[in-house]
Amino acid sequence: MLAYILRRILILIPTLLGVSVIVFLMLHITPGDPAELLLGERATEEALLQMREHLGLNRPLHEQYGMFMQRLMRGDLGETIWTRQKVWVEVKQRFPATMELSIVALLISCSLGITFGIVSATRQYSLFDYLSMVGALAGVSMPIFWLGLVFMLIFSLNLGWLPLSGRLSVGINLEVITNFYVLDALLTRNWPALRDALWHIIMPAATLSTIPMAIVARMTRSAMLDVLRQDYIKTAKAKGLSRFTVTYKHALRNALIPVITTIGLQFGVLLGGAILTETIFAWPGVGKWMYDAVMQRDYMVIQGGVLFIAAIFVVINLCVDVLYAVINPRISVR
Amino acid sequence: MTSATAPRGPQDRHPLLEQMSQLWRNKTAVIGLVIITFFILTALLAPLLSPHNPVETSLYDQLKPPVWHAKGTWKNILGTDELGRDTLSRIIFGSRVSLTVALVSVGLAFLVGTFLGCVSGYFKGILDSLVMRVMDMILAFPYLLLAIVVVAYLGPSLQNAMIAIGITYVPRFARIVRGSVLEECGKDYVMAARAIGARDARIIFLAILPNCLGPLIVQTTLSMASAILDAAALSFLGLGAQPPTPEWGGMIARSRALILRAPWVMTFPGLAILAAVLGFNLLGDGLRDALDPRLRD
Repeated sequence: MLAYILRRILILIPTLLGVSVIVFLMLHITPGDPAELLLGERATEEALLQMREHLGLNRPLHEQYGMFMQRLMRGDLGETIWTRQKVWVEVKQRFPATMELSIVALLISCSLGITFGIVSATRQYSLFDYLSMVGALAGVSMPIFWLGLVFMLIFSLNLGWLPLSGRLSVGINLEVITNFYVLDALLTRNWPALRDALWHIIMPAATLSTIPMAIVARMTRSAMLDVLRQDYIKTAKAKGLSRFTVTYKHALRNALIPVITTIGLQFGVLLGGAILTETIFAWPGVGKWMYDAVMQRDYMVIQGGVLFIAAIFVVINLCVDVLYAVINPRISVR
Repeated sequence: MTSATAPRGPQDRHPLLEQMSQLWRNKTAVIGLVIITFFILTALLAPLLSPHNPVETSLYDQLKPPVWHAKGTWKNILGTDELGRDTLSRIIFGSRVSLTVALVSVGLAFLVGTFLGCVSGYFKGILDSLVMRVMDMILAFPYLLLAIVVVAYLGPSLQNAMIAIGITYVPRFARIVRGSVLEECGKDYVMAARAIGARDARIIFLAILPNCLGPLIVQTTLSMASAILDAAALSFLGLGAQPPTPEWGGMIARSRALILRAPWVMTFPGLAILAAVLGFNLLGDGLRDALDPRLRD
């Protein structure tokens, strides 16, 4: 087991190095002078010279990459162009908001997706199965940026049930500890803030959860159907075990193995979808920050943000692989 | 989804014919095919079908509601946007943009991905590990993020959006083809081809590749679906098609400010995206059942 984890970590290193090369090269492949790209067209000659010096643009490419990596090793992602803040500090501030949104979305999509999948599989070809699979197909095909706007129109503008955007209402005081607002409200036993934070997160999280939920439901259904056809399930039924025991204790356990892989893969969908969801709901996370950076052409933010998100994504994938090996011991033997 | 439970046809039928008839019996695939055909015809006949010029503005017709609304008129069946442009005409012309993006970006990914997959599956060794590591690197970026970043650097335009989506889709093709080629390489007919002295390119493209087509076709169809979604998302973020091009995602983006005053402006382009993507997904699911039993879910 330990050997397997170590091997997986070793494979991670070239991937991360490659990611850094790609991100580094992006600025150089772009047509035009990177210094001008960073400072804008109206930059003075002096500022351009300074920027070229700062980036080391007058040196050979491999030396520049060396400098880039040296800074990276020190955790230095550079400064934002417009606000002159440390990129790393800004990422740290915003990341909890994105993570909170993604986790709630993942919880929604797993709980509902797995439930729908199980019920559909145990009642194959029933009306419920048919409707939920049509729903899942629509979910996979959903433009979530549009769905988010539809939710907004219905639930906050017309019905007035949920707040339109943001993470917390004005006037609600919350002592920030972890920057996960729901968690902070729980830790400080601040019930009004907890309610407010939950009310704010429902709509964006539901929007973000659409596609993963549909994928998880489809995967659970097919995995369950596969398992339910196996001989040991027949044996369990023949022994006279209750339907509940057969479904949840015997079948579900084995069916969940491929489902967990699928869930792990959904983090990529969530982190990418976060850019759309956060932009629509003005959720102050990394996604909205990246979008603003793209609009303002703040390449330092884009570079830092992409590196950070890719690194997080790679590490999450590693965790999923390890978890998978724990659940399914056959994997680590190979 | 639903697996065909119909009895198998006579064994002497050509496998291709057998697969086609399986596909035809698969309701999912047929519905998908009908939807896609509808959109393709719409795109081809756009100038004939659309009642108005999609980019023509009209000060007198701003924000007209759809026809079933109390104030709606038959002149603008689905209403108009803030510049008085006819929504129906814009959606009809928008199908051209979306289908082109899907075709070009998936085509690009298909060609590059298939080539890389063939080469690395056939020659194995260092070349294989090199190509696959590069694919891993592309996959290390979350879905959509890489496309956004590539467009951010190349500059926002429909052409760059197609390139960006194409790049992010290369690994899925490369992986599938490589897997199939690795499997096929061990079979007798490849050895026989080698034994009679056929050249590598001939073996790869004329002998092996046709046998890997099943999963490749399925992947292409499903990728078309996600390409339409991704292109709409990029345009929604202002990184794809630029105004005044009638593009579904861009139409939704512009109608955000009008969400309360004129919700219909944003409703219909969203439904168009959903329907088109659904069509490709349905066909993809059906094809998977018919062509590739291994991928059946």
